[in-house]
This record gives sequence, C-alpha cells and structure tokens, in this order.
Amino acid sequence: METKPISRRNFIKLSGVTGAALTLGFYFPAAGKEAEIIKAETAENLGIELNAFISIDPSGKVTIVNHRSEMGQGAFQTVPQIIAEELEVDMNNINIVFGSGNAKRYGSQLTGGSSTVRGAYKHLLKVGASAREMLIEAGAKKWNVSKTECFAENGQVIHKPSNRKFHYGELVQEAARLTPPKDVTIKKPEDYKILRKPLPRQDTPLKTNGTAIFGLDKKLPGMLYAVVERNPRFMGKVKSFDDTETKKVAGVKHVIPVKMSVFATTREGVAVVADSLWAAMQGRKALKVEWDDTGFEHVSTEDLYSRMRNDLENKEGISYKTKGNAATALTKAEKKLDAVYETPYESHSCMEPLNCTAHYKEDGTCEVWGPIQAPDWLQDLLSPLLDIPAEKITVNMTFLGGGFGRKAFMDYPHEAAVISKAVKAPVQVVWTREDDTTQGPFRPGMVYRCAAGLTKNGNISAFKFKMAGQDMDHQWHGASKDSYNGSTTEGFPEPYFNSIPHYSFADIPLDTPTIPVMWWRSVYASTNGFAFESFMDELAHEAGKDPLDFRREHLGDERYNLLIDKLEEVSGWKNRKKNEGYGVAITECFSSIVGEVTKVSKKPDGKIKIDKVWAVMDCGWYVNPDIIRAQVEGSIVMALGAATKHATHFKEGKAVEKNFDTYKMPRITDVPDIEVHIMNNDEKAGGVGEPGLPPFTPALTNAIFDLTAKRIRKLPFSLDEV
Amino acid sequence: MASLTLKINNQDRTIDVDPKMPLLWAIRDAVGLTGTKYGCGIAQCGACTVHLEGQPVRSCSIPVSAVAGKNITTIEGLSEGNSHPIQQAWILEQVPQCGYCQSGQIMAAAALIKRNPNPADKDIDTAMQGHICRCGTYPRIRKAIKTAAQLATQKASVK
Repeated sequence: METKPISRRNFIKLSGVTGAALTLGFYFPAAGKEAEIIKAETAENLGIELNAFISIDPSGKVTIVNHRSEMGQGAFQTVPQIIAEELEVDMNNINIVFGSGNAKRYGSQLTGGSSTVRGAYKHLLKVGASAREMLIEAGAKKWNVSKTECFAENGQVIHKPSNRKFHYGELVQEAARLTPPKDVTIKKPEDYKILRKPLPRQDTPLKTNGTAIFGLDKKLPGMLYAVVERNPRFMGKVKSFDDTETKKVAGVKHVIPVKMSVFATTREGVAVVADSLWAAMQGRKALKVEWDDTGFEHVSTEDLYSRMRNDLENKEGISYKTKGNAATALTKAEKKLDAVYETPYESHSCMEPLNCTAHYKEDGTCEVWGPIQAPDWLQDLLSPLLDIPAEKITVNMTFLGGGFGRKAFMDYPHEAAVISKAVKAPVQVVWTREDDTTQGPFRPGMVYRCAAGLTKNGNISAFKFKMAGQDMDHQWHGASKDSYNGSTTEGFPEPYFNSIPHYSFADIPLDTPTIPVMWWRSVYASTNGFAFESFMDELAHEAGKDPLDFRREHLGDERYNLLIDKLEEVSGWKNRKKNEGYGVAITECFSSIVGEVTKVSKKPDGKIKIDKVWAVMDCGWYVNPDIIRAQVEGSIVMALGAATKHATHFKEGKAVEKNFDTYKMPRITDVPDIEVHIMNNDEKAGGVGEPGLPPFTPALTNAIFDLTAKRIRKLPFSLDEV
Repeated sequence: MASLTLKINNQDRTIDVDPKMPLLWAIRDAVGLTGTKYGCGIAQCGACTVHLEGQPVRSCSIPVSAVAGKNITTIEGLSEGNSHPIQQAWILEQVPQCGYCQSGQIMAAAALIKRNPNPADKDIDTAMQGHICRCGTYPRIRKAIKTAAQLATQKASVK
C-alpha cells in the first residue's frame, strides 16, 4: 500500500453495528504517525495503510476482525491473539469475524508470502494498545480520577486505589469520542499474558462438527451451479460446441461459452449452468466441444526439461547477483564440483477444489463469496471486467480448504462473476478435482546447475548458480522477457553472501506461455532449497567435513550458530548410530530461518524408511507456538509429497495427472514422527506458513546419501527404489 | 427424478432427486448438510466419508437410491456439541488446519474406535490411510485417535 500525503491521520468511527453495538475502528498510517480524528465517511478515500478493527458492544462483548484469509495457517487465531494481548481481553470471550475485501480499511489483505504476522504485527499491537488506552482514559474520566491510577485487565478498566471497575461495554461510547493517543507503549515480551502461548485455535470447534463454512458450502436463494468444460490445452480456443444432449439433462438452464484471462493468455471453455451441481456435471458430460488448438506449441515434459538442461549447458543466463568473479575463481580452485538438480511441476491440489459464488445484481453491484487469498485484489480485477467501481464489489470471506498460493490467482472468481452477469442469477462455479488438478497454474518445474570451487582447507572459494525454468513474472501482459528472476536466491541463507568470496546467481527463463505457473507454498524456495542445500552437502562431503560444521564455518553468524547448535542437540547428531543416515538442510525465506535434520534407516526388505524429522524454526517474534509447530509439520508433509509422491507431467500440451489416483498424495502411513522446536530471540517477526517446507527435501536426500552413498538429484523419487 | 426418503442423523428427509445422484450431493445440495465434503469424486480421498448403518463409506461413490431407508450419520449427527471423544480429542490435540478434510477423518476415526476401543498404530494406519490431508495433519490425527481412546475409556469408567 502506498502512503498518500494525507496519511498522517487516524480515524475513529462511531456507528451502530447491530443496533446497540458501537464500533471502535482504528486506522493506522503505515509509518505510525500522529493521530487525528476524521469523519467515517471520508475514511474510504484516504488511501492510507490500515490494519485492524475492533468493536465492543454495550454488554462488553468484543469483536475482533481477522482481515486475512484463513486457509489453515491460523490467521483467524493469530491476528486476534495479537490484538487481544494489548487490548487486555480473554480470547475465549471474544467474537472473531472475517473482514470483507477492503484494503483501504485493513491494509493489504493478500494472504501470501507468509506475510500476515510479519507484515502487520507492530500495527496490530498498536491497534490493541490504543483501544486499551482510550478505554482506560474513558474510565478515568467517568470516575474523575487520573488515568495513571487505572489499568485494564480481562475486559475491564480498574481504578487501583478504590478497586472500582467498569467493563469495556460501559466505556466504549465514551472511549470512541476520545482522540487516539499519539504514542502507545507496547508491552515487553516478558509481560505477555497470551502472546507466545499455545492457545487453542478459535476455529477448531467449527472444524470438528461440520459448521465451518467453506466456499463450496455457500448457498444462496435461487443460486445456480456452473461447471466449465475448459480446453485441456491451456491456450486453445472453442471452435464449436453441440449442447443438444446437455440441454436434455433435467435441471440444465444455460450453456454459454466463457473466456477468462490467465496472465497474458486467454482460456476458453463452455459453462453448463444448472439448478443443481449434479445436473450441471451430467450436462457437461453430455457436451460436445470441438477445440481449435492451432497456433501454439503442444509441449511435453521431456521437451521442457531437455530445453532447460540444454540452456544450463549452453547459456550463462540473466545475472541476478554477483560478487567478484566466480568463473575465474572456479578455474583456480583446488577442487571443483558441478551438479545438476531437477524438480517437477506440481499442482496445488487444495483439498477444497476451486470454487466461487458470485451474484451480479441489476443495480450494478456484485457480491462474491469464496475461498480467496486476496479479496482486495479481486475487487480490482473484477471492476473493469464488470464495468463497475471496485467499491461496488463486495468480497465476502469464507474459510479456505487450503490455499498454498493457488487461491491468490483469480481466474475462478472471474468465471463466477461473468457467468452470474450472463445468466442474471447468483452462480456458484465449481471446479471438479480433475479441473483443479489439470488446469494449473502449476508450480514451475525448475532445473539448476551448481558449480563451486573449494580451497585446500575445504572452504568455498567460488559459487556459480544457474536456474532454468519459467519466470512467473514473465507471464503478465507487457512483461519484459529479459528481466532477471528476483527470486533466484530465494531460500539461500544470507550470511553465505558474506563468506563466499566469489559468486554469481543467474537464471535462464524458459519461455512457454502454454503452461501457466504460479506461487506454490514457499514459491521458488520450494525448489531452490533442494539445489542449494543438496549442493552444500556435496561440498561438505568433498571437503571432508561434517555437514553441520561445514555450515557453521561458512555461515559464521550468531543467529545461525544458535540454530545449528539447537539442531545438533535435539537431533542427537553427534550420537548417531551405525546403520542410521542423518541429513541436514537449512534455508532462509520470508524472513525466517529453518533447519531440519532427517534420520533414515533401512527396513528389513532393504527399502528406505524415514524414522524422524527434527525441525528448528527461527521466525523471530512469534504469536502461537502450537500453530508454528503445526505449520512446520504440514510444510514437511507437503514437501514429502513433492519429493517422493507426486508430480504433474505434460503430454502434447495437456496435464497428464488428473486426480488422486495418479497424483498420489502422502498418506498417514508415509509420515514420520516430526519434532518442532522454536527459537526464542528478539528478532523481528518472520513468516511461518512456508519457511518450513524448503529444507525438508534436501535434509531427506542428504540423509539417504549418508546412509547409502547415493545422491538423489532429481525429484520426485520413490523411497522404495533408492 | 424420484422422491426418496433418506434417514439422516435420525431424521427422515424426503428429497426429489436423480436416483443416480451420488449420496454426497444428495446430502450437501438436496438435504443441505454441508459438513460432508467433496474432495475427489472417485473414493480416493475420504473427505466425503459418512456412516452407513454405522460403517464408514465414501458418499461420493454410492448412488442415493441405494441407501434410501438406511441409517446414515453425517458429521452433523455424530454428537451434540462436539462431545464425541474423537471430536474432543481433535480439539485437545489441535488437529485441524484448513479443516476441509476433517469431517471425513473424524467419521473414519469415530468408526475405528467404536469397533476397536484401543487401536494400535497399525490399526490406525489401516483405518485412516484412505484419507488425504493436504495440510499434513497426519501426526496429530494419529495422536488424537490415541487420546480419544483414553477419553472414551475414562468416560466409560466414570459411568
């Protein structure tokens, strides 16, 4: 969000929410400058960066808005937990509600890049603290005492000398008329009552009895259901279609061609709209579509990977980051190492398939409900498409049955909105599992070439890294195809840039608009990490050094050293037994550092078994340790799938794997014991939802090397066939 | 289209649907109980699991006409107020992340501890390996089933 000239303002809103309720809203400029009251109705035009929203009703019930998507990562708990700490309220006595799309009110709502806590925590703390201070001031005024004699606790303001109390509901009206304090004191971590505590998530009970409403659970009166037959080749056009049989299916109401933008390309399809989802699905089965697939290449996986491998062999790529002269230093190195690593394309495969409900209304407004990672982006996207102002588009949040980056791409709400407008009714578009698995955008498969030189003492003298693969940013209209990929080093621990005297990082973009690609949990780090940390292990081995010691020597950083010490201690690294393979990997992304150690052994039949994974997460300032543990566990399981179970292949321009029978997911039987530790320090907050993913795979393959002396450089691989 | 009466959560619900419609869509769209989820449509993921005469089944792969008159239990009918030991354990162990697959996981786990009050790891493997969780809550599912077994035993001894 940009901060515009009038941003040095805060905002107080006094209005009825549910008749009697009063809303106390706080608008914080990005830089946290001085406060000033403005009128509610002008707040929409401020364009300042805003963060949170608190309302308190006369009975004292506090409602806190979670302005971010809840897709499993815990924002529904962590955002209110931050505010509640400073507001001095009990998490068990508050309401939590989703904020609808409104970036002017809440600041960016894009729930991606592991950004919710790290991007907003300082503001969220101030949101809570300011409200508390205003409630205290209101209490002091009512008692006609000094506010220094009052304090807040458990939803009450207390006058210490007399032990008189007001609950917040008795003070909110008065408090809302006060000027927000210019500066508020934020608690010290040692004074936290609920932050850093493993409080149970407030959404859990909704998710154990079927009452949590996901996008697919949204029902509206008169709502129609739509499924879309889309061209399985991503850029193909609809030549013609025959809906004779489709229209015979009871319940089918409309059959209409639909087009939607997928980056700079257009995806075409035919929508079948019916009064039940089942009827729409049956109608789609009966539909005959003839596709025009001329004018673009029909790529297969083998073509893509041979192009990437050739590029790595023959091209230097677009330089991203260099120091010294890596090429020259390589030629002078005592020992040299050169390796190529391959990673696959992947589908996000959220358990809740893509879906969205939209209602374009006669009055020129549009309301949307769905599992959406960026409600504010959706308003901006739909506005020109529907030719109505963004503020006339209401985007309501539901729970997301997984997101992983896919639900920040807006093709499916786009479909819902245009179909609703065409058929003049509320419409729920549902992607079948097959649609979800085959239509992308996918995680791009990347191939890497790493070359390095070692000194006599086994130190890295030169490091040359090249990445070949699709650049997500190159897909947009008008994007320069010559621009470097700014995520070439994503996942690489920062201190290496100090200790390695000569390095170069470059990428060679694979230009194939026929395969759409998109963020997938931990993005480029999800594949970069495998190359970086496999290669570090190869270098340590070549240098004849213990992999942990090798990293200590090259990182030489206090924060990293503490993490490595912890990893060494909890994993029993030094006490490893014969017939056990240990592997380590450490990556840094989204401002967090995660180290993981994997232990493997052989089963009686000789096949590899993962015995245990230890993870140490350093995400700096944090909210809820149990949510962090859960996110790291989940990241490890997701990485395990992409390493050993599934991949998306293409044959003649179409995705091959269509459902979970061929795109095989990890099961409960595949998952080892996972132990997660969290570092305690005074660093700034880092991300939690993604950084635990990249180190797992190299920690696993490094452990397999330790046990078997076999290097795995291509993913996915089968644990049964090592 | 046909008029069918489903016995869901001890209530008779008469619906007018295509008899070939999978039970899943009948439950979700005709009856309106949305706790049961669609995940794959081919009995691979377990998100749609309900109890049919007490046994866990994949509702995405059973035509609604085949179950008329039989006892069907969905997540909404498992207990009042999240009181089933499996639900209690799921909350204690903080199992769900996104939560989408959990109705199916819970229905499978509830059927498991009913027939085997003290399941070993390999029993949990057998009962739960048909269920996919993309968030990767598997370690907590395993732990919660063991916790639920303890809770059920405690409950029985109190009675």
